[in-house]
Amino acid sequence: MNKDKNFFKAQERLAKIKAFLLVSPLLLFVLVFFVTPILLILVKAVYNPKVNNLIPQTVVVIKQYDYKNVFPNEQVLKVFLTELQVLSKNRTSGVLAEELNRKVSGFGSTIKKTARKIRNKDISKIPNYKEYLLSVTKKWNNPYFWMAIQRSYSSFTLSNVLAAVDLEYNLEGEIVRKEESKRIYFTILVKTLYMAVLITLFTIILAYPTAYFLASLPKSKANLLMIFVLLPFWTSLLVRIVSWITLLQEYGVVNELLIYLSIIDQPLDIVFNQFATVITMTHILLPFMVLPLYGSMRAMDITYVKASASLGANPFLTFFKIYFPLTLSGLSAGAVLVFIISIGYYITPALIGGVDGQMISNLVEFHMRTSNNWELASAMGGILLVITLVLYAVYNRLVGVNNMKLG
Amino acid sequence: MKKIILGMSIVAATLSAESLTVISWGGDYGKAQVKHMIDPFMAKTGTKVLFDDYKGGTAEIKAQVDSKNVKWDVVDIEYIDLEKACSENMLERIDTSFLPKGENGMAANKDFYPAALASECAIGNIYWATVFAYSKNHIGANKPTTISDFFDLKKFPGKRAMRKRAQINLEWALIADGVAKNKVYDVLETEEGQKRAFKKLDTIKKNIIWFDSWSQAPQLLNDGSAIMAQSANGRMTEFEIVWDAQAFDLDGWAIVKGSKNVELAKEFIAFATSTKALSGMQDVNYGPTRASSGTYIPKEKLSKLPSAHLDEGFKVSGGFWSDYSTELNEKYNSWLLK
Repeated sequence: MNKDKNFFKAQERLAKIKAFLLVSPLLLFVLVFFVTPILLILVKAVYNPKVNNLIPQTVVVIKQYDYKNVFPNEQVLKVFLTELQVLSKNRTSGVLAEELNRKVSGFGSTIKKTARKIRNKDISKIPNYKEYLLSVTKKWNNPYFWMAIQRSYSSFTLSNVLAAVDLEYNLEGEIVRKEESKRIYFTILVKTLYMAVLITLFTIILAYPTAYFLASLPKSKANLLMIFVLLPFWTSLLVRIVSWITLLQEYGVVNELLIYLSIIDQPLDIVFNQFATVITMTHILLPFMVLPLYGSMRAMDITYVKASASLGANPFLTFFKIYFPLTLSGLSAGAVLVFIISIGYYITPALIGGVDGQMISNLVEFHMRTSNNWELASAMGGILLVITLVLYAVYNRLVGVNNMKLG
Repeated sequence: MKKIILGMSIVAATLSAESLTVISWGGDYGKAQVKHMIDPFMAKTGTKVLFDDYKGGTAEIKAQVDSKNVKWDVVDIEYIDLEKACSENMLERIDTSFLPKGENGMAANKDFYPAALASECAIGNIYWATVFAYSKNHIGANKPTTISDFFDLKKFPGKRAMRKRAQINLEWALIADGVAKNKVYDVLETEEGQKRAFKKLDTIKKNIIWFDSWSQAPQLLNDGSAIMAQSANGRMTEFEIVWDAQAFDLDGWAIVKGSKNVELAKEFIAFATSTKALSGMQDVNYGPTRASSGTYIPKEKLSKLPSAHLDEGFKVSGGFWSDYSTELNEKYNSWLLK
């Protein structure tokens, strides 16, 4: 008896090892090319040693700074000016200016001006450092500047994560909302979520009848018609977006048709804005909704519907109580897929969104490519990741991931 | 064994023909550079030149320098961005001793106009201007003549096309609002001045089409999507240019810091800024930066060059934008998204 048990246990272990070996290439691939980059991004979102490396001594001596005096004491100023002079001679003061400008907007220009003036000056001959700085520019009279340097002591900082949702540290060290005119990220985040909800709703409205029709056909006909759903899927994404631009532009197909039919007399403004983005993304993400729905509808046992009818339920009741709940697995799979893809989408808003239809990903691109603020871009990416995980958890609570059917 | 190594190194030497990556702005300007500078240089030295476009700005250069992965060797950079790039250590510092004499026999530092050699990071190659233009076919009865007309929606209803950045747009807004051309940068330095510029831009905000590349401007004028478009004067040769408030500036050749072909890059720049090569820039209505190139320019061409309209415009300040570019472009981006 024990011999048999051991034999079976050994067989089980062997099967598990075989399974692991089969999966290990994929696991390795995911770990190296998916998990590791994400971890690196999350680290970059909170770790920024640049200022610390550029002015290490200043950052140490300014620890006792009290913002109520606005200026640190003369000793600190001397250390700062000495280090700034070294940077200026090496032409790296511009790097410091960029970094500090990201912490306090406007600080950069002050640093650059001061760096230019201090480059060839004899620091020991300056009688009063505070007066000297004020003579370069009155803008030095700003406690936020000195606070930014003080905060740079720790290379780990939440500033970028806070900035990504329009928050910041004030002089007391508390977290507060940024002032009205500087708030952009949170608004865009909300707009992105709003657009994703719209797109999900529109794809459901269009995909449900389509999938129902396809599911009711015999398999051979359905497979043939399915090609019409998949064909756009296989066409280049850029081609699809550009065709929408051609359709929606000022003297494009839609406007010309409406003018011809005398429905309107001036062309509508339907391209390079939020409207165009939502329409185009609905078109692009439609197959992601049709396929799971089709799968769950196909797999449904039609006898339930017939039983409901034979028990006396009218068509509406049958639909809402029997048919719809049975398609919920496919519907929720499609909805989750479309929603999560939408919030991270970049290409469509970049090409057809204009200024009005920008999503969070376009701002991430701006910080990656144009302003070179990779720390802020990483923070924004991290926040998007957290939102996606939270939504996934909520979905799991409500519907259950095991109930997902991807067709 | 020795024979094999010798053979292999000879083969390797011949296979690795020298190659240089030169980046410029494309469009008609790029074509003129190919005709007068790139092709003759390739023919003369046998070097392979990879000539590509970029959209301006310093971000791509910075990304390469920061990640220590420098692919570009020579870049044609606007002087409005040059001081920023130079002070942030993105460009190699080059002296002027390698530049050839002019065809008139003058030494380089006498032949070049002073502004072209003023920066330690670039050699100026053209004088050009940012102007706005309109198409005769789409403009209607009234013709714009001043920068205020650009901001006047009542007299000139329709869309305007502008480049998607703060530079030049803020200066134009202030000048159209009544600021004297020589005081623009003083006003723009202050908070109130910046607010004033954005407020003026607000008056036409809904009617602006934003583009990334100068070559999009003529397209937008051609199909009537915009009735007035901002662009470099050389791109607008088929349209009517309005020279009022023209933003006068230079372009120059710079070498990216960390480029692996600095000597070859200098050779190219020396060739490209020689008298004859530089005079080819008149094809796109840009003024060469050497006095000796003037002998190749016919009298009728001179009135089309920006230098003939100096008093109607203002000189762009690279120093101002070196300090304030980041801050103002941040403000510009939040303004854009509201």
